[in-house]
Amino acid sequence: MGERQRAAESAGGFAVSRRSGRLSPDLTQEESISVRSDVDIVVARRRGRELAASLGFGPTDQTLIATAISELTRNIVLYAERGQVVLKALVGQGGKRGIMVVARDHGPGISNVEQALQSGFSTSGGLGLGLPGVRRLTDEFDIASEVGRGTTVTVKKWNR
Amino acid sequence: MAVPILKQGQYLIATIQDALTDADLQQLRDGLVAQVGRHRSRGVIVDITALDVMDSFAVRTVRDIAHMTRLRGAETVIVGMQPEVALSVVQLGLTLEGVHAALDLEEGLAFLDKKANAVRGGRPGG
Repeated sequence: MGERQRAAESAGGFAVSRRSGRLSPDLTQEESISVRSDVDIVVARRRGRELAASLGFGPTDQTLIATAISELTRNIVLYAERGQVVLKALVGQGGKRGIMVVARDHGPGISNVEQALQSGFSTSGGLGLGLPGVRRLTDEFDIASEVGRGTTVTVKKWNR
Repeated sequence: MAVPILKQGQYLIATIQDALTDADLQQLRDGLVAQVGRHRSRGVIVDITALDVMDSFAVRTVRDIAHMTRLRGAETVIVGMQPEVALSVVQLGLTLEGVHAALDLEEGLAFLDKKANAVRGGRPGG
């Protein structure tokens, strides 16, 4: 897979890896997309939409998920220059399906996470990291950030 | 991919046909602002029917297009926003203040015509 990944990176500027389980391949889908430029933002959100569709999410949720991925990926390009987005299918209680998005970078980190989660609410877009918006688009939101080490944002959305 | 800009009478019509990168959006903005001057256009329609995601950058760029073309003498109307996209824009907490919107291209053109007539009618002897 290392070969393939490298080939994909040199060919298209992004890497894609897939892993399938033996029993229910549908629900163990995991995909990693390396993020370096605005082109990768489009790739990541398209892949997220595809995964969400394959898990049975309707068009509205697909759009909300794709939009959240777009915001998270843009933060990577803007503030960390490069990073990675991992998309993963989830199975919750009662067999409900979900999607997890992990946006990870080794950029400058966020010095005041609390503030990043508050500001921007009323700034009508573009200012701040857009994290409050991403939080509203998703069901579960988690952020870990360390100055000088990077940021990892994990969001989940469940199919109702 | 670049967005084609068509000139129709005193209006410019830009129809987005595929997902746009940030660079594509900025190119569209700069293209429209430049062509408003070149063609002395009075109105701009940006058809976003095919746009499946509008994140904060896209919303901000559309707002910039509207404000910049207005400063150049042309009104901009956004047409064709999908219901899911409208929901995501609202949930993100984004607004399109000062940007006109219409359901589709036909409504958008009707809006611009009305606006142009109002301007003409308002001039003495015009």
